[in-house]
This record gives sequence, structure tokens and C-alpha cells, in this order.
Amino acid sequence: MNIVVCVKQVPDTTEIKIDPVKNTLIRKGVPSILNPFDKNALEQALKLKDRYGGRVTVISMGPDHAKEVLREALSMGADKAYLVTDRAFGGSDTYATSYILSKVIEKLGSFDFVLVGKQAIDGDTGQTGSSIAEHLGISRLSYVLDIEISESKCIVKRQVEEGIEVVETKLPVLCTLTKESNKPRYATIRGKIDSLKAEIEEIHLTDVPDIDTTKIGLNGSPTRVKATFTPKRQSSGEIMEAVNPEKTAKVLVGKLVESKLL
Amino acid sequence: MRGGKLMSLLYTKEQKELIALVKEMAENEIKPYIQELDEKGECPREMFKCSFDMGLHMLEIPKSYGGTGLSYETTAMIFEELAKVDAGYAVTFVTTFVALRNVILSGTPEQGKYFADVIGKGNFASFALTEPNAGSDPAAIRGTAVKDGDEYILNASKTFITNGALASLFVGFFKTDPEAGHNGISTFIIDADTPGITIGKHEDKMGLRLSNTTDVIFEDVRVPASNMLGKDGGGFKLALNALNLSRAFVATLAVGIMQRALDESIKYAKERKQFGKPIIKFQMVQQMLADMAIKIEASRVLVNNTMRLMDNGNLVRKEGAITKTFVSDCAQEVTSNAVQIFGGYGYSKEYPVEKLMRDCKVFQIFEGTNQIQRMTIAGVLEREYK
Repeated sequence: MNIVVCVKQVPDTTEIKIDPVKNTLIRKGVPSILNPFDKNALEQALKLKDRYGGRVTVISMGPDHAKEVLREALSMGADKAYLVTDRAFGGSDTYATSYILSKVIEKLGSFDFVLVGKQAIDGDTGQTGSSIAEHLGISRLSYVLDIEISESKCIVKRQVEEGIEVVETKLPVLCTLTKESNKPRYATIRGKIDSLKAEIEEIHLTDVPDIDTTKIGLNGSPTRVKATFTPKRQSSGEIMEAVNPEKTAKVLVGKLVESKLL
Repeated sequence: MRGGKLMSLLYTKEQKELIALVKEMAENEIKPYIQELDEKGECPREMFKCSFDMGLHMLEIPKSYGGTGLSYETTAMIFEELAKVDAGYAVTFVTTFVALRNVILSGTPEQGKYFADVIGKGNFASFALTEPNAGSDPAAIRGTAVKDGDEYILNASKTFITNGALASLFVGFFKTDPEAGHNGISTFIIDADTPGITIGKHEDKMGLRLSNTTDVIFEDVRVPASNMLGKDGGGFKLALNALNLSRAFVATLAVGIMQRALDESIKYAKERKQFGKPIIKFQMVQQMLADMAIKIEASRVLVNNTMRLMDNGNLVRKEGAITKTFVSDCAQEVTSNAVQIFGGYGYSKEYPVEKLMRDCKVFQIFEGTNQIQRMTIAGVLEREYK
């Protein structure tokens, strides 16, 4: 079984501080981490490998320092890692990124699963994963909790608003995973040591000859960011003392009706 | 790095990453349960699963036996990190390596491989030397090993045995010649499930309460003669060689305890306000904190130097004794002052520092009391100046 996991290096948002004067994010000195949802996708891949055997390949698109997160994936048990990197890929939006990744996945050979996190914690668009499935022309299942294979059938559990949905799918399939899917394993000491020495192969534009260069990079990206800003904080709710719960409840309902929320 | 910086040492990238990995695991998977387990005075086997999964039992096993074959230096750094969360938990792994070192240093390749294979499956080992009347004076052990054909019959009552109830393997010391004093002691590898072994009561200890400590009774226990480690009568020397290497490991755990004491003290001294300002702003508190930091830095550097000497094949008889003595003596003052900084709260079990004071006392006692260490140091000095 061949499993491809797409991962992204993101700033650790739990470590981000706000500049008290400019009221903007201080990005300097913020450590980079493996996108937490991608870690869930990797854990699912490793679980499939543990259960059914196979090979886990991790790919990431980004600059050279994105190799750090690929090493982390290797330290947890991935078999092989590729960094997709080229000046021509720079400035790609989610459409261009997913197109490039789909071309790289095709180039890597046959696969049964593409597993991705449901979104990255920096951009939070949640588009790249699903778009990869579109480009590849394969099915996509989102918010996947677990994957099982029995008698050549692939059974996938999905989290939906009403509960848990169990679906059967043919392979190959792309699944997006979330925090609730699993608890990612820790690297082993041995895995960590080996990963620091591992050679991470780079994939450049020239390695993917059939790529349509009008669909990549800044020029190939339909999305244009006009501006980024920190939204003004809206008025912060009201705390009601519930000394007399019955009375407070009436006041609360009154206010909700007044605000046209009920 | 959150909650205290790495100091003193020029860590390699690999060392930094391994320390960070163990820190993350220990803080998430072990730390939340420590207070409860300390109260109960035990640590169930499931609690060790996360560390086995990470491979902490493999660190010192040579690569040729399928282990990680990490240097003593890096292994010590990992155990310091684990000891910050709980030194008793860390001792459980360190003790396995105390037993292992006897086998690696003095055993045959077959014995080494056998031992490494059992540990590699996720098991602990134990070092059984002490008897009720043979603590600082191991030559006084009364346990016997009597040859019977291809086997030895072992009889002994061992006490204060770390990992007694957890171990799958014992490295045990018995007299093959009861009249010969030091030279009558021999060492054996013993499977814990061999008939005749009884695990006695678990000690209700002052500190290191997650570490398992029991009596182990050997009653007509039969082991193959091929389980003897090293030479007949060579057990005393073998034990000393292995213990020389263990002393700096004990010290690295005490450094972890001290660093935790300092981390907690600084955090508290910045939060706690009296007379309208945080107590860290008072010179007498500052002096205590600075003295703690001085002792910790010196201790860590000393441990590191001894580890590097060991990695280069030195026997460190004197250096190991100096390290263990200096560091464990420092730890008494550092943890006591942590309690002092916390004031009345420090004396309460609701706060983390009284446990550190309880945990570190035994470091002046086990692996040879600090009085015995000083005798050793003086003995080596006397010989060196001949």
C-alpha cells in the first residue's frame, strides 16, 4: 500500500505574540512547526502502515527550511520525504499549490491514499487538500476519523455535524484529517537520530516536465491578497450575575429577543 | 525554550532535539500523574509504555546488540530531562542500565546479546548486591552460590533492590567462596521467573516513591553455570567497575531535580508578592536563587565532564565519586532553599518543591554513601601521590 502525506511548515501560533504598539503579529523569532492537522494525517498513514503494511511518503512544498518538518515526519516513522521547491513555485496560492502537489504525486507513481490535514493553522483556508483530489481526479473524503480496509473494501469513518458517518470508498482516495482523528505518536529516539542524518530529496520544476507553467507561482495564482489587517475587536459581551436564576433567565431572553437572536 | 533555558553546555543539534523530544513526552504523558503516584508510592507498568515506545530502554544498549548505542554524555542529558519530571521514574530506566553495564563490561557476547534482547522487548533489569548486613561493605554479603554439576544453586536475602518487582532479569552477587572475602564474590544473570525467587515487601520510602524498591529472596534458585558473569570470584571487582560508571548517572538525575527546583522557584518568586512587590525583587531571595543557579551549573558541567571521560574509556573511580558526592550534596541545599522560597506553601504537598527535597536525600546514600565516596576519593588521592 502506498500512502502519500502532504505536510506544511507553519508558524507555531501558540507562540505568536502581539506587538502592543502596532497591534500586529510579531513573526520574528516565532518557531516553525509541522502543521498539527498534518501530524494527524501522518499518524493515520502510520496506523495504516502498522496494520496493513506499506510505504509512507511525505511531501512538502516550501523553502529549504521546510525540510525541518519533513525530518520530523521521518522521525515519527515515514519512509521517504521529498521537498518540492523551486523559485517558479514561489507565491503560489492554494489553487497553484494544489496543482503542483498533484503533479508531483502523479510523478511519484501509483498510490492508494493521499492524506492531508483538514487545514493549515496559518492560512486556515482548508482548500489545498481538497483541491489536490480535484486535480488528480480522485474521490475526496473530509473530516476523516479512521480508515479500515476489510476484504479489499475501504471503510472510512467521517465526522459530520450529526454524528459519525461510515462510508465505503474505492481507492485511490484523498482524505483530510483533523485533531479528533487520532493522537499523533512521538518520534522514537532512534527515529529522531536517523532523521537528522536523512537525505531529503528535492523536486524542482525540471523534475516535473508535464507541468503547465501558466498554472504555477504568483502569475498562475488566481487569488490576489489585497490587504491583511487585524480586525477591530467587537464589543465584548455582558456578564450577568445569576443571583436569582429565574429572573436572570427572563432578562437574558428579553435581551436575545431585543437583539433579534430569538 | 519554555520554562527554563538550557545552560552551561555546548549541546549539539542532535542533543537539543533529543532533549526537546523527551521533555515534550515527559511533560504531556508523565507529569500529570506524578503527584498522585508519589502519594501512592508506586508506578504502574502502563506508565512506562510511553518511554518504551520512544526507546528510552535502548539508549545504552550497543548498536551491535540492536540498541541505540548513544554516548554516555547524551544519555545523561536525556535522563536529566526525565528527572526534571520525576527522578524516581528515571531511576527505573537508569537501574536497568546499571545491571546492563555489568554484562556489557564483563560478560560474553552471548550474555550481552541475551540481556539486550530481553530488555529490548520492553523490560527492566535489576542489580542485586545489597543485603541487610552488607550495605557499604559488600564483602560482607552472605548469599551463596554452590556449584552442582552444570548449575549453581543460589541462596540469598537481598534488600533495597531497585526494580525488584519490575525486573525481568537480575544481575545478582553471591559468594562462591564464603571464606574468601572480596575475592569470594561471583556474579550471575538470573531470569526473574526462575523458581525459588520471591519478591518481598515494597519499601514505603521518603522519596523517589515512583521507583520500585523491594526485598528479593533467592531460595535454592538454580541457574546454568554459563550464567556466571566474568570470572569465578571476580564479582567484587566487576561490581566496582560498573558502579564507578553509575555514579555520574545518579548525579545527572540530581541535576534534573535541582533544575526543576530552580525553575519552580523562579516562577514562584516572580508571581508571589509581599510588601507590594514580587519577592524576586528582594536581595535575600535573589541570593538564594543565584546560589542555586551556581550550584546547578557547576554540577551539570561536572557530570558532563565525567560522562565524556567515560565515553573515552576512562574508569572514573575518583571522578565518578567526586561527581556523585558534589552534586548530591548541592542538591540538598538547592531543594531545601526552593522550599524556603515558597515559604509555608513550600512545606505543603500541594506545591511541587517539598517532593524534590524528599526525592534528593537518597542521592547522598545510594550507589555508595557520600562518606564511602570520600573514602574512595581519598584512597585514590593517596595512591596518586605515591
